[in-house]
Amino acid sequence: MIGPGTNWYVAVAAILFGIGVTGVILRRSPLIVLLSLEIMLNASNLALVGFSRHFGTVDGQIFAICVMAVAAAEVVVGLGLIVAFTRRSMPLDVDAATELRG
Amino acid sequence: MGNVLVWVIWILAALACVGSGVAVISFTNPFYSALALIGNLASLAVLFLLASAEFVAAAQILVYAGAVMVMFLFVIAYLGGRADAPFAGGPQWLQLGSFVSGAAIMIAVIVALVTKANDGLSSSADISRSFGSPAEIGRLFLTDHLLAFEITSIVLLVAAVGGVVLALKTEAESEAESEAS
Repeated sequence: MIGPGTNWYVAVAAILFGIGVTGVILRRSPLIVLLSLEIMLNASNLALVGFSRHFGTVDGQIFAICVMAVAAAEVVVGLGLIVAFTRRSMPLDVDAATELRG
Repeated sequence: MGNVLVWVIWILAALACVGSGVAVISFTNPFYSALALIGNLASLAVLFLLASAEFVAAAQILVYAGAVMVMFLFVIAYLGGRADAPFAGGPQWLQLGSFVSGAAIMIAVIVALVTKANDGLSSSADISRSFGSPAEIGRLFLTDHLLAFEITSIVLLVAAVGGVVLALKTEAESEAESEAS
């Protein structure tokens, strides 16, 4: 394999996933929480593509494309929820959305 | 020579990836965060290309950096650029816990890579020229992975219906509108 080996890909994927986890827990704005979720999904995609290259089968890339489609669906529903939040004039804060809390 | 060039491009793309990822979670304005995420996705596409995943890289640029992020920017523009400082609100232990949990995941994987998996992951399989090409991906989607392909279409349909339902006006809203007019 020309260039970095699979372990480099997995290391960058782990770093990106950690950044995403930090963002989801740290930030209060639901928009940035969604963006951090995208970082986490893309980190998993990077690991999938790296391992797909490692084992020489395309199945990992197929999985990565399915993850991309699921991420698009997640963005549609997430952004719909955020717009519904603002239309009910609720504050844009993940801690303020406690209506469903038991 | 070609190998060195691939290493240089790979490391530049990886640094851009991590740097723009940090930028996404540290910008105050969500608009800048979304722009940084576009950079993150573009540099990830470079990494995908160097792992011979041409189709995934193209889909990444077209679907993610193109369609999804434009939708994000539209919603952010619709809501107005509300500032949200990274460390505003929330208890102190939550901020500490976010960094601890993020670092724990990174360190766990990297320690595992360095100590155990280094030999097993250094030699990868030989691949043919058609590896990761659109023709190969399309053939697999319509043969081996047909079920996943069909389920993906149902997931997208359900998400589209869900988006429409969330955008519908509630009864209280339409009543308030008719009273006002």
